[in-house]
Amino acid sequence: MSMESLDQFRSEVRQWLADNCPVSQRTPAQPGEQYWGGRRAEFPNADAQLWFERMRDKGWTAPEWPAEYGGGGLDEAQAKILKDEMKAIAARPPLVSLGIWMLGPALLEYGNQQQKEKYLTAIVRGEHRWCQGYSEPGYGSDLAGVQCRAEDKGDHYLVNGSKIWTSRADVADWIFCLVRTNTDAIKQEGISFLLIDMETEGISTSLIELISGESEFCQTFFDNVKVPKENLVGEADKGWSVAKSLLKHERKLMSEMGTDIPSVDPRTIARDYVSYNAEGKIANSEIRRQLAEYDMYIQAVGLTHFRGFEERMHNIQGNSPLIMKYVGTEAERLKGEALLALMGSSALGWEGDEFSATEKQALRQWAMSKTLTIAGGTHEIQLNIIAKRILQLPQ
Amino acid sequence: MSLVLNEEQTLLQSTARDFLLTNSPVDEFRKLRDSRDALGYSAELWQQIADLGWAGIIIPEQYGGLEFGFQGLAAIIEETGHTLLASPLISSSVLSASALVLGGNEKQKNDFLPQLANGSITLALALEDGNHHDPLGVTTSANPSDGGWLVNGRKVFVMDGHSADQLILVARTSGAAGESQGLSLFLVDAASAGITRTRTTMVDGRNAANIELENVAVGADQLLGTVDDGWTILEPVLDRGRIALAAELLGSAWEAFNRTVEYLKEREQFGVKIGSFQALQHRASIMYTELELSNSVVMHAASAVDDDPAGLPAIASLAKARMNDVSKLVTNEAVQMHGGIGVTDELDIGLFLKRSRVAMQLLGDSGYHKDRYATLNGY
Repeated sequence: MSMESLDQFRSEVRQWLADNCPVSQRTPAQPGEQYWGGRRAEFPNADAQLWFERMRDKGWTAPEWPAEYGGGGLDEAQAKILKDEMKAIAARPPLVSLGIWMLGPALLEYGNQQQKEKYLTAIVRGEHRWCQGYSEPGYGSDLAGVQCRAEDKGDHYLVNGSKIWTSRADVADWIFCLVRTNTDAIKQEGISFLLIDMETEGISTSLIELISGESEFCQTFFDNVKVPKENLVGEADKGWSVAKSLLKHERKLMSEMGTDIPSVDPRTIARDYVSYNAEGKIANSEIRRQLAEYDMYIQAVGLTHFRGFEERMHNIQGNSPLIMKYVGTEAERLKGEALLALMGSSALGWEGDEFSATEKQALRQWAMSKTLTIAGGTHEIQLNIIAKRILQLPQ
Repeated sequence: MSLVLNEEQTLLQSTARDFLLTNSPVDEFRKLRDSRDALGYSAELWQQIADLGWAGIIIPEQYGGLEFGFQGLAAIIEETGHTLLASPLISSSVLSASALVLGGNEKQKNDFLPQLANGSITLALALEDGNHHDPLGVTTSANPSDGGWLVNGRKVFVMDGHSADQLILVARTSGAAGESQGLSLFLVDAASAGITRTRTTMVDGRNAANIELENVAVGADQLLGTVDDGWTILEPVLDRGRIALAAELLGSAWEAFNRTVEYLKEREQFGVKIGSFQALQHRASIMYTELELSNSVVMHAASAVDDDPAGLPAIASLAKARMNDVSKLVTNEAVQMHGGIGVTDELDIGLFLKRSRVAMQLLGDSGYHKDRYATLNGY
């Protein structure tokens, strides 16, 4: 698309957002204000519903997906414009969805026609809420060690085992799972990628309380669960390729977290919590240095996202995508620590009315940041990937 | 803003790479250093560089330059970091050229820019009074005398100050140390009466000088810009220099890193390549993430000079602070990962370590730029 038509597109998007995004949806969503969709979902408020329905009807809950599946059919440059314009007015995502972020892109690549029609459409319309069935209690970083077993029973698979860190499995409608279909093959070879309806008999889920006090993650158990053969994505025993493709999208998503508008930002809100000297500098020089270092790091990460985008637009093969999960979540880690440093004991309140919602939110942000450098492939796994694939160091 | 080079810039960068690898590989720098060369760089090579147009790359065409833009210059300077080129590129073609372009009057531009561009003269910026970068702290004085000024003081750590034909002196015509008002810039012949230059032998083996200024008489026509208001020229000039140094540090850090990664693939201990050790792999990977981030930051800074946004000061400090830190990390790790041979003079890695420390100190260390960045952002 030419620069002129992109400029035209930008002004159309800006106008449309101005006309259609309710004012209440133009601030970072607080916990409980996000709409995740699914059979059991309720909208947090009427504006959130209005905003979701308008975006859904434009196809902009999944801007880059083909229009035939309910997506917006935008190319990457257009999708970036939409994202930038939404960010400019701090518009909330209308639908927060693992289906959009992770499963959808993998299905677009590996799913058959029937699967794409059934699942993609339901995802963009917010009808299915998905959760991820990857890690197992004994197999986290060593993901390819998957033990959860799926036995071929002719017209169906019989699944037995358990998955951990299944994100909000307690309210999800479906789970995408890595299962072992071949125990003779070497690790990566015998894995298959299955879509499982959470209402199937034999599935149970328990919540895991995290250090943040929240329970975003669960453990899900499969006890003789029958899964129709048609729910297999790609070929049997070849699910590792699907798994890796999905991980790539998961990491891309996580890498962008650092540049999203946080509900408590060290560079703005948290700065009200320190004293300044006569020159207008934060009086505590160590806190000031820490804030500057976070600020500078996040600038570098943001610029690198932009460079990666520009390189793709120019068909330049760069290595930056492989570092973004590491640096994006590193930025989140630095942000969490900067919040605690700036807000002092005000950010240490666990519960009760003595601390404001913002203060308690800062603490949860900090605690949740600890999951980010672990989930989706730990920091250490990311460094292994860089060493192997980019630096090509001997293994 | 563009964070990819266009076709012309890409071509320029690859031309620069080829030229430098052929004409000034690290061995050439080593020879210069070992010979205690009086000039500190190869005059013959510098003339070749000027003939290629690099000396005048940011100078407008009407004054004999290429007017190619700062992003192109930064791309060249990054390449010079790879081969440790010793040259007056930063002192003369970035700092002094920028000072003349931004602050010079028509006569000054006509008198000096064409000669600067064609390599027949070099200029140097005599800025620092003390051992830490502190442009506002200048106390070198310029007192009115005979319709002009008499300059007194002492300048240190003047890049290429020993060999430059002309000096741009930063002196205080009013105000007190710490104030931006009251600084003035003067363009003086380096051979003027009252100027005593001493070449300093620095750890990086390049040309720097201490300069005594004793009743140096300057006329009104030697004032660059307006009196007391030199800061409005000096600050953007320094930011260009900082971004140029950041580009050099980026190139030299990548080179030290690449050489180290190659060594990790060759060197064997305990019967295996040391690059197979995860302790080393992770440290190498962390450096790689920092270098990738640095590519974006430096390129953004160089393009910001051409776009001239109001945010240039913060962007320049971001770039210089980051490259100071990354260069320090990478050069230290490069020496450490080479082990014993890394601390020998025979191996080139030490040359990168030494240049790094000088370039880190030039125009502001990390503390200076983090402080400036925080202040510019209101905290």
